[in-house]
Amino acid sequence: MKTVVLTNDTIDSIIEGIIDGIIRSIPDLDNTVIVGIKGGGVLFANLIHKGIKNLRNIDCQLGYVDMTLYRDDPFMVKKNIKSTELPFDITDKNIILADDVIYSGRTIRAAIDELLDFGRPKSIKLAVLIDRGGRELPICPDFTGRKVRASENEEIEVTLSGKNKTVEKILKK
Amino acid sequence: MSYGKKDLISIRDLTKSDMLYFLETAKEFKKISLKDIKKVPTLRGKTVINLFYEPSTRTKASFEIAQKRLSADSLNIVISQSSVTKGETLSDTVLNLESMKPDAFVVRHYDSGAPYLVSRITNAVTINAGDGINEHPTQCLLDIMTILENKKDINSLKVAIIGDIYHSRVARSDIYGLLKFGANIYLYGPYTLLPKFIEVENNVKVAKSMEEALKDADVIIMLRIQKERMSLNFIPSIEEYRSFFKLTKDLMFLARKDAIVLHPGPVNRDTEISGEIMNSNRSVILKQVENGIAVRMACLYILLGSRSKTI
Repeated sequence: MKTVVLTNDTIDSIIEGIIDGIIRSIPDLDNTVIVGIKGGGVLFANLIHKGIKNLRNIDCQLGYVDMTLYRDDPFMVKKNIKSTELPFDITDKNIILADDVIYSGRTIRAAIDELLDFGRPKSIKLAVLIDRGGRELPICPDFTGRKVRASENEEIEVTLSGKNKTVEKILKK
Repeated sequence: MSYGKKDLISIRDLTKSDMLYFLETAKEFKKISLKDIKKVPTLRGKTVINLFYEPSTRTKASFEIAQKRLSADSLNIVISQSSVTKGETLSDTVLNLESMKPDAFVVRHYDSGAPYLVSRITNAVTINAGDGINEHPTQCLLDIMTILENKKDINSLKVAIIGDIYHSRVARSDIYGLLKFGANIYLYGPYTLLPKFIEVENNVKVAKSMEEALKDADVIIMLRIQKERMSLNFIPSIEEYRSFFKLTKDLMFLARKDAIVLHPGPVNRDTEISGEIMNSNRSVILKQVENGIAVRMACLYILLGSRSKTI
């Protein structure tokens, strides 16, 4: 069963709010890179990048991390590894780590661990579109779009491609 | 994609899509070796025992580095300093090590079939790191990875494999693997060192001269004369071998302009291949070594990963 939680215009304005927050709280945007977590964080990171470029005319560097090899769950090959793409040095940079949904916080922990293997950034801030609660680690986003309550047997699905942006709640069978 | 088997013993057990899965994974692992911190925590808590009954530089170093870069705990049994010298059999050695609860064995042995035997008596993942004159599956994967980095497709490429084919586990694994990718394989070497098994395969031809083997070749795989496996006299002398079977710069002109030269190592420089070619940009021998680490990381990752459900 699917319930649509958010749609186009609302999502656009939520993302605008996040970008606004980022611009206001990070003074040296010139020294800032945006890193999306593969897969859900990729389009979200792209939108943040585009927003900052439009509003401030600053072309932040953009990268992506795939944290498959850094997971903490009982090790199992679940999916093919995707590429981490960080074609720049992150040392002394402000990093905005972007993901579409935060849940247990374990993905973010793994992504941070991976980032630290690439260098010592000045800071890492976390931006998420949806916070569905249920944290299992002490991790708290710096920029949150919307809090959406969801139970264990529900999934949050975010679509950000093209003109049909949606956030849906799906009841797992 | 997934790989359903416990072990990697023979390249014949892998389908083309299995091989592509290993190679795609290896491509990602290759990047880890290029980072400042060449380590990921993926296999932490896993124990891998390297059981090498034969001397090895590349394969052993490569497997060990692969294990370390994936954070596995690796243990090397040095056979010359082990109880094997006191008369312990292979299966007893493995059963005793098995009691120490390793997650994987990497086995190199002078007897063909030894890794298969190991895989039958242990619950741990077993990877064949070269057995006698039988197979060397990870070498085949890294050779194909190296070829695919230089050629778009292996289908209908002319691959010349030259040298001591009979004693070469690399040749066997490469032939089985490359055939699945549709290569046309030409073998050449002293008549005494050409095995019978090749006659049954359609796309494998035995060339009658160096010239026939090399003409318009896209890929040339040179093999070493394996003196340690020759109890009989297969060739009259190394000198004679050199004059008939050495890859020289003059012979290279017969191959295609963009042909690449592979060698599984160790090389007897200026016996099977001239030093000049080894030093030239046609040689991808050191790329093979580089890719070896990535391929072995992929093998450990895929094999140990698909096991965890049942442990």
